[in-house]
Amino acid sequence: MPSDSSPPSRGGLIALAWLWVGTPLAYGLYELVRKATQLFTG
Amino acid sequence: MSSPPVAPPGWSRWLVPPAALSVHLSIGQAYAWSVFKPPLESALGLDGTQSALPFQVAIVMLGLSAAFGGTLVERNGPRWAMTVALVCFSAGFLISALGARTEQYWLIVLGYGFVGGIGLGIGYISPVSTLIKWFPDRPGMATGIAIMGFGGGALIASPWSAQMLDSFGSDNDGIALAFLVHGLSYAAFMSLGVLLVRVPRTEKPVESGPSAVDGVQVSAREAVRTPQFWCLWVVLCMNVTAGIGILEKAAPMITDFFADSSTPVSASAAAGFVALLSAANMAGRIGWSSTSDRVGRKNIYRVYLGVGALMYLLIALFGDTSKPLFVLCALVILSFYGGGFATIPAYLKDLFGTYQVGAIHGRLLTAWSTAGVLGPLIVNWIADRQEAAGKHGPSLYGLSFGIMIGLLVVGFVAGELVRPVHPRHHVPAPREAADAQRQQPA
Repeated sequence: MPSDSSPPSRGGLIALAWLWVGTPLAYGLYELVRKATQLFTG
Repeated sequence: MSSPPVAPPGWSRWLVPPAALSVHLSIGQAYAWSVFKPPLESALGLDGTQSALPFQVAIVMLGLSAAFGGTLVERNGPRWAMTVALVCFSAGFLISALGARTEQYWLIVLGYGFVGGIGLGIGYISPVSTLIKWFPDRPGMATGIAIMGFGGGALIASPWSAQMLDSFGSDNDGIALAFLVHGLSYAAFMSLGVLLVRVPRTEKPVESGPSAVDGVQVSAREAVRTPQFWCLWVVLCMNVTAGIGILEKAAPMITDFFADSSTPVSASAAAGFVALLSAANMAGRIGWSSTSDRVGRKNIYRVYLGVGALMYLLIALFGDTSKPLFVLCALVILSFYGGGFATIPAYLKDLFGTYQVGAIHGRLLTAWSTAGVLGPLIVNWIADRQEAAGKHGPSLYGLSFGIMIGLLVVGFVAGELVRPVHPRHHVPAPREAADAQRQQPA
């Protein structure tokens, strides 16, 4: 068990922070892939 | 003036890249400005040159604010810089919303271009120095993540802004509402960076200057007096110009190259090619910059410039014979373009230390502004001249490609001239400075 003086775990905050920036980036990448496939199908 | 926010014990360095990304993914919207051009032209009766003005002013302000604001960013820390970037970038949209609502176009130029442009410049350099300090073992990867965000910002904003204009309408009220939503959304999104960013804990006060254990340290003022700075300036300028050579005319270029072939390129396929180039640009920023941590900065720039010239040569000689070859070479060139941007902060850290690397990076970005003018000028001017001379197809671009190869060779030579900085430019550590003072004759 961690002692009172041990620094708090930041795992949740790290996950939240990456989700915050990752979600719009994933949307941008999805739109990019959709458009890029036109090179092979268009 | 504020003091930089120091990380509490146990603060994870993996919280700093998302903080940086929240800023870079936002300000990267600048490259999606073209979405607003047609609606603005029809709503306010502008021509193409006028509707490009806010973007052009923003890019000029990016270069100027990064060059002149770098020292302030170093002094006040990343939280101050990200706050300034948030306020300026969001305020730029809000002023533009007022401009669109009242049909006062000058307010859009002032808001998005001037005020928002300051946000771009300060925001671009805001996390660089902090990331390098948190990731001394992998500075290329760390700055690559942030600068990849600048490329990613346009990928997000381009479809998002287009969908918003579809929903709100493309008249001046619809544009005003879209600007308003952009301003508020980006303010909320960037606030993550302001809240999360921290500088690592050190044993000495942040403002006390470098210590002997920091290794070679050069101030921003001294760095611009070194040949190394100007060699890297030429390297960056040439590499960016070569990338813009493809980016600027990507869609018409692939169409012209295969116009007379059995499989001509349609407009939608050309749009797909442009999207693929954006992906290569982004992947190059994180991929090549991370690779530089292993192979060394000088070697990676040899690849960007040397192999880049070879790729241009292949396109010029055989590009019209094979579509896959053309696409592959263009993708490699664009990945080097992105890699060149993302690797430069780590190269500056290697040469000048971490002391004022953000400010030095800001000054070096004037090479980007120069290339932003030079690249399109060369490609468009030559293509127009060749067309006037009755040329068509791949021969429209032969001369441009030759010039791009020449520029890359110039960049390669400048890269080879980079040597470690002479000790006379180093900032003395406090103890060394005190010793030197004691040795001075009374």
